[in-house]
Amino acid sequence: MRDVAVVGFSQQQMKELDGSPTCLEILVPIIQDLYQQTGWTKSDIGFWCSGSSDYLAGRSFSFVSAVDAIGTLPPVMESHVEMDAAWALYEAWVKIQTGEVDTALVYGFGKSSAGILRRTLALQLDPYVTQPLWPDTVSLAGIQAREGLEKGLWDENAMAEVVARSMSDAEANPWAIRKGATSVEDVLAQPLYADPLRRWDCAPVSDGAAGIVIAAGDKAFEARQRPAWITGFEHRIEPIAINARDLTVSSSTASAAAKLNGRLDGVDTAELHAPFSHQELILRNALGLADDVRISPSGGALTANPMFSAGLNRIGEAASRIWSGDSDKAVAHTTSGPVLQHNLVTVLDSQKGI
Amino acid sequence: MAPTTESRVLHAPMKVEFDYTRSLGSVLSPFMSALKQHSVLGGVLSDGRVVVPPPEFDPITHDAVTDLVPVSDHGTVTSWAWVAEPVAQQPLEKPFAFAQVLLDGSDAPILHAVDVDSPADISTGLRVKVRWAEETTGTIRDIACFEPAGDSESDGSASMDFGPPEVTGIISPVKLAYDYAASPEETKFFKGLSEGKLFGQRCPKCEKVYVPPRGACPVDGIPTTDEIELPDRGTVTTFCVVNVPFQGQTIPIPYVSAYVLLDGADIAFLHLILDVEAADVRMGMRVEAVWKPREEWTTDLNNIKYFRPTGEPDADYETYKHHL
Repeated sequence: MRDVAVVGFSQQQMKELDGSPTCLEILVPIIQDLYQQTGWTKSDIGFWCSGSSDYLAGRSFSFVSAVDAIGTLPPVMESHVEMDAAWALYEAWVKIQTGEVDTALVYGFGKSSAGILRRTLALQLDPYVTQPLWPDTVSLAGIQAREGLEKGLWDENAMAEVVARSMSDAEANPWAIRKGATSVEDVLAQPLYADPLRRWDCAPVSDGAAGIVIAAGDKAFEARQRPAWITGFEHRIEPIAINARDLTVSSSTASAAAKLNGRLDGVDTAELHAPFSHQELILRNALGLADDVRISPSGGALTANPMFSAGLNRIGEAASRIWSGDSDKAVAHTTSGPVLQHNLVTVLDSQKGI
Repeated sequence: MAPTTESRVLHAPMKVEFDYTRSLGSVLSPFMSALKQHSVLGGVLSDGRVVVPPPEFDPITHDAVTDLVPVSDHGTVTSWAWVAEPVAQQPLEKPFAFAQVLLDGSDAPILHAVDVDSPADISTGLRVKVRWAEETTGTIRDIACFEPAGDSESDGSASMDFGPPEVTGIISPVKLAYDYAASPEETKFFKGLSEGKLFGQRCPKCEKVYVPPRGACPVDGIPTTDEIELPDRGTVTTFCVVNVPFQGQTIPIPYVSAYVLLDGADIAFLHLILDVEAADVRMGMRVEAVWKPREEWTTDLNNIKYFRPTGEPDADYETYKHHL
């Protein structure tokens, strides 16, 4: 395996982008910022990969206009995933492992506010017996939350603690959309919206984009003194049929963690992609995180969840803490699909070596 | 959705609609056929569990599921969430619950809607029964929703004898609504059209002029910031003659769709060439825009009805060969 590190990260998040769903106007400054951070330019990047969705954008081949942001003449080596850009990062990491390139720039973007997000996302469900009912993401999460509540796996207080901690932490995050020091009592005083969920239990609809640069071996030191080395990268998927899964656990996350075979030991920071409060509780359990691990210091997805870049943001936020020395070893988690269907676990370390 | 304050870019409502036609396999065909006859089938897995709706393959052994058995149209709510603000195409237009319902005789729940008036009227353990659609067609929507069953007992469907599946395909209508926004650069272009002007933008680095303007120069990856007003005349660089009739066609065939390189632009502009026999259109032909009457102008490319020949001599090939 080649040593690969995260060496650049830039993001923009907003409640509502007053612009086109190509997000070009926010992608251009992100990519310029990444050049500035790394000292590299377009010709130093070996591979490009993006994550976005045509259904979110309301246009076919939505990524084609967005590639103008990187300048594609003369042609570049480019690819796209119809998933969160964290999976685009995975593809780029594999590309570097092949030895074909040493560097890659990955970006994701989405304008969730253009449609009704919780409805648009019904299109990722099985198209025969589930999607035709248009179950929205909030309802599916509510069913999942209630199952855990009634089985006694968590309670309202535990969910409110996640919300209060996320919103309080997000005060320090200039990109957070929902933030402000909040207590468990404040959270529990909020009315129920999608019983058993309060609005604050659900990630705010968010627009935005993000980009990450990764590089192999010594190349990484050209861009960062203390690169965030990717020492583990595993993803797993569960059945599309909701009734073929136990919704109160994340068996795919647990399976990815098991495959990491001890490489999560000693993690001090975790950035978890949990768009609903109770999902953080499920993920913490699936990853077997110790009680003293710092969870989502950025405020996490409950405070901003731009579709197709929120998962990449988790990796970027975790890497930033390695760069600054606030963390020596961090885990970033990304989810995609209905109620935690796909899960990607990334281990970032201040030390090289897989 | 639509911003409440005045937007810096143009917005328009946009609908995307498509009826997906899907074929059903050896498991879902009998399942949908049974629904049409007011009966629910479950699939028997390798461990003996009965699952509704039936999966096509066993999730553990990955063997094809072949054994289907009738289950009851009565069941028990195992989990639910309240839908305070239903969205389009959901089973009920008023607030309702989405729930997991474990049908009697099955071992895994089916996700569907339950028609109750408030969260106080539903709880885990509630007995519910299928409310069939007024007309069943062989889709999951043949179950209109579930409703509280009270003391009622299932009539049972276990005695029904199913022949060969009569339903082998479904149509799933998708209707999405967006508030579609133009980019800031496109907004300038469309606002210009409403004043009878054609605006392009120039890349500050390579100085190429794009019309309609793009958010970034595809060569340099930087915003195209300098605004340029372009004339409404140019040169046909390439074209095609449309001879094939298609649904929704409004122009009599044959007609010409062409790339027009507006004078001063570095990218061709796609439009129609009319007022000339299709056979007479050629590369290098000089053309000009024919605008709609001024009172009909909107922020729309249709403000230009079409391009027509100017009668000037053809442009020299050298002047447009780089744009082919």
